[in-house]
Amino acid sequence: MANFNISVNGKKHEVDVDPDTPVLWVLRDNLDLVGTKYGCGIAQCGACTVHIDGVAVRSCSIPVASVGKKKITTIEGLSEDGTHPVQEAWKKEDVPQCGYCQAGQIMNAASLLAKNASPSDDEIQEAMNGNICRCATYLKIHAAVKTASSLL
Amino acid sequence: MSLIETKQNRRSFIKVATATGGGFVLGFNWLASCTPDKTIKEIPSEWVDINAFLKIAENGLVTIMSPNPEIGQNVKTAMPMIVAEELDVNWEDVMVEQAPLSKDFSRQVAGGSQSIRSSWKGLRTAGATARQMLVNAAAEQWKMNASDCTTSMGVISNANGEKITYGEIASMAALQAVPEDVKLKEPKNFTIIGTGRGNVDIDKIITGKPLFGLDYKVEGMKYAVALRPPAFGQKLKSFDDTEARNINGVSDVIRYGDKIAVLANSTWAAMKGQKALIAEWEEGEKLENSMDHDHDLHALLYKKSDEPRSNDGNVEKAFTEADKVIEKVYEAPFLPHNTLEPQNFFADVTPEHVRLAGPIQTPAGTRSRIAKLLDRNEDDISLELTRMGGGFGRRLYGDFALDAAEISSLAGVPVKLVYSREDDMTAGIYRPASKYRFKVGFKNGKLTAYHLVGAGVNTGNVTREKNFPAGSVPNYKVESHKLESNITIGAWRAPITNFLACAEQSFVDEVAYEIGMDPVQFRLDLLDEVINNPHGEFGYEPEKMKGVIKLAAEKSNWNHNEEGVFKGFSAYYSHNTYVAEVAKVRLVEGQLKIEKVDCAVDCGILVNPLGAINQIQGGIIDGMGHALYGDLTFKDGKPQSSNFNNYRLIRMIESPEQIDVHFVESDNDPTGLGEPSLPPAGGALANALFAATNIRFYRQPFAKQLVEIEKNI
Repeated sequence: MANFNISVNGKKHEVDVDPDTPVLWVLRDNLDLVGTKYGCGIAQCGACTVHIDGVAVRSCSIPVASVGKKKITTIEGLSEDGTHPVQEAWKKEDVPQCGYCQAGQIMNAASLLAKNASPSDDEIQEAMNGNICRCATYLKIHAAVKTASSLL
Repeated sequence: MSLIETKQNRRSFIKVATATGGGFVLGFNWLASCTPDKTIKEIPSEWVDINAFLKIAENGLVTIMSPNPEIGQNVKTAMPMIVAEELDVNWEDVMVEQAPLSKDFSRQVAGGSQSIRSSWKGLRTAGATARQMLVNAAAEQWKMNASDCTTSMGVISNANGEKITYGEIASMAALQAVPEDVKLKEPKNFTIIGTGRGNVDIDKIITGKPLFGLDYKVEGMKYAVALRPPAFGQKLKSFDDTEARNINGVSDVIRYGDKIAVLANSTWAAMKGQKALIAEWEEGEKLENSMDHDHDLHALLYKKSDEPRSNDGNVEKAFTEADKVIEKVYEAPFLPHNTLEPQNFFADVTPEHVRLAGPIQTPAGTRSRIAKLLDRNEDDISLELTRMGGGFGRRLYGDFALDAAEISSLAGVPVKLVYSREDDMTAGIYRPASKYRFKVGFKNGKLTAYHLVGAGVNTGNVTREKNFPAGSVPNYKVESHKLESNITIGAWRAPITNFLACAEQSFVDEVAYEIGMDPVQFRLDLLDEVINNPHGEFGYEPEKMKGVIKLAAEKSNWNHNEEGVFKGFSAYYSHNTYVAEVAKVRLVEGQLKIEKVDCAVDCGILVNPLGAINQIQGGIIDGMGHALYGDLTFKDGKPQSSNFNNYRLIRMIESPEQIDVHFVESDNDPTGLGEPSLPPAGGALANALFAATNIRFYRQPFAKQLVEIEKNI
């Protein structure tokens, strides 16, 4: 075990975990930030998507030891009160079915829109293709990304 | 108006309940607001219980319990809508709370698309009963007849112009005798049912609040990850846990049956512990192979059954007399459910009480099995329902909950058993591999004989003998064979019909093509035969089937050909709902794209159109996705896929670009919606792919064949 100082949603945390512990499990089990979900553990489904220095990454495959001083943002910290344009859009389009993958979808969409405020249909598909929705709310996700883009 | 007996005669009593919470490390709060945008009223700490389904606060807020498990079918929104409708309140004043497993509610099950259908009357009665008690209390206060009082949006009025709110009269209403019968609204007067209402959990979902079983955590809880036999048919011979115990955070290793659980302070430590176990396995039963299943299922298709499911007329004779016979075989593999939230369950077994919580579609049945396993009284066991990250049938089986209870019982600590994705996919309960052989005979252009033989792994009946085209053919025979196996199979979204419909609707399309008929007209003609000249038994309403077929044809411009667009038709009846679909594909840079699906649905009264459209769109993409890619094979008893790097699920890029849903207007009671759009989807796609390529798709997953075709385009 070792101590790591990490920055999550603007707060500093000290955690005592093995260096190979993925950020996902530090967030969920050590910091009780359970909005970030486990889906596959091998960066194939996108349920665990968080931002590191603003860029969407799969937290299941990033060891805590590799984070250093970089800033982690999770779904809990995307906005103070759930009013990020992407969150607003998700609500407006009533996207979720089971809802399990949606935090990852939202974090991925927010990262896309930060880089490209008006993505084309193809760019949305390309960017969102790494996130599985087992309930297949893909049409609503697509619509919500467009809505979010219009709210920016 | 219809009078409904309430079946309640006890006097109600005032029970002041405080807001929920407590006991959790994480703030699990079962309350959800229906109007996330507005915090119109402060959430009160005291509520008056009117009946098991609802409680009312003085400020007029109403909490409605959602009794059934929520797996993404959105009953947590739809069920309270039905109660609120008859209670006659503003939806904006409603809070929703997930009910635990309780004797107050019947059929707390998520399965068979039956949540709304089976509780429709009960939910309406609960709301109407509460409304009547509120009215009776107000009438008593005003010293007038209850029949002279009216309600609207949570306010009771009388002829003198006096008004009182539900909140003001609630504590008096709770003292009223429960009326023996109540009047229900006429559907035309509905103001909530039939209007689109957003998911009541939306705020929690988009801000990442704890909701799911995997999020459940209590003080002192250990995370458990189990090692199971890697192959079906294997048993545990011996194991060495030295290395596992040396991993930081691992607190215990426990063998139970042929499985070994590693308990730890974190999920990651438990997962590492599981990987560090060194186990030796031995062959207990035969280690099976998909190639053998394939061979054996095929042989069964040509075996005569001693007890056919259906046998009208004489198909054998009709085939010898036929002037045209068409026969085809369709095949599908095993499928894992792959709920995105892997199986998990919380159990705290103490001498005093057994506390359970987690994602389960069958809480009552699971509790009863756990009572038996632990030799405990059911009354000593509580079970909280968490929101589920998908179900698709997997969580009908409480195997993981039983394991959690056994591990907690053996370890003497609260435990949350967590499956890794690999555990989830390889220690599954699967959609059985199955095959169908269809054969039809025509005489003078008329369908005279229909013969279906089905064969499935561990499945009693892989057919639906009373479904279409039953009733339309004078000589009709259906047989089903079971192939015994040690691979665990079970219900997978739209059990049996998830592939049967694909096979049947592909066959119907091919038959229409072979006899030179339009596939829509061919179906309509057969249904006219059922209406005008029925043969034998059938278990569907041909008029309703015709209704959705015509609607889908009309909305999709079936009779109008578009350059470069290839269409496929399919229609199916399941879970009491009629669905017809038209898939349109086109060729884009050498690849086939699903451009659009038009879907017509007859599901009776529509409770929540927003949720309904979501279910139907999701079911279609799910059906097409699994028809294209779903494939789990076995080698020496071992599943050959274990995670999403070697098991393909449909993603956004492969999904239809547009799905338009068209509902048949209806005053009939609501029917199923969580499953019925899935069965016809595979057939609609296969038929569109044929239109585009002139090649038939007989074997799922279609993608294997499609890749070869696209190479030659």
